[in-house]
Amino acid sequence: MISTDYYIILSAILFTIGALGVLIRRNPLVIFMSIELMLNAANLAFVAFGRSWEIAKGEAFFNGQIFVFFVIAVAAAEVAVGLALIVEIFKTKKNINIDEMNSLKG
Amino acid sequence: MTSELLVFLVLSLVAIASALGMLFSRNTIYSALFLVLNFITVAVFYLMLGAPFIAMSQITVYAGAIMVLFLFVIMLLGAEQMTAPDALSWQKPLAFLLAITLTVESVYLIFARAKLDTVITAPDAATNSMESLREMAMTLFDKFLLPFEVTSILLLVAMVGAIVLAKKEKGARA
Repeated sequence: MISTDYYIILSAILFTIGALGVLIRRNPLVIFMSIELMLNAANLAFVAFGRSWEIAKGEAFFNGQIFVFFVIAVAAAEVAVGLALIVEIFKTKKNINIDEMNSLKG
Repeated sequence: MTSELLVFLVLSLVAIASALGMLFSRNTIYSALFLVLNFITVAVFYLMLGAPFIAMSQITVYAGAIMVLFLFVIMLLGAEQMTAPDALSWQKPLAFLLAITLTVESVYLIFARAKLDTVITAPDAATNSMESLREMAMTLFDKFLLPFEVTSILLLVAMVGAIVLAKKEKGARA
């Protein structure tokens, strides 16, 4: 028997690992991947809550899944722009250490 | 019922292990591949939660498109082994401490305050039918039509932004 709790706890653990990744890694690509992991954890919570509501009400309920669909679209847009920025920064600074990205002027 | 719990436990172990593998790999390519494994595990969770369309878009969009983009950029920059010395020595222990606090706190709050003891049952066969997908599409294009259109504009803006960033400026220095 799986209760909604288990899914939410798994989601919390994955979210924490993502937050830890943003804090301890210095490579912006890995930081981006950690952000994707956090978005994924939130998506898992959305779908689990939606399923839980569906079972409680006994009728089909799609709002949670549709929200996840939008989150996936936003994540795709974010990655496209973010990776273009990283490539551009690499072209000017020849290195992508996050500690050196402290000025807006190229 | 018990087999379902067993599947859940094994899959969550794989999900957490691959997330930690992503975090602690020295090589960025390995990080990306661990993340693909994590995304696929989450897609199987979506299937267990009766969301087959989301599971498939997870695999095609996340594990497919987004991670291919990541791998392209990693190989383009040659960033596989890029490791920098830590600037602050106390940052790592503090981050671990905060992460453990966050996990303990959220698990405690979920167990103590928000008891969600709804039993998640396996979805019946009707969830995986065309009829269910049609219903979901009706919700998406009826109730959520405006957010859907806004998303398409967002994707257009992201595409234009990426092209503008990648384009060489005319008469640019160097």
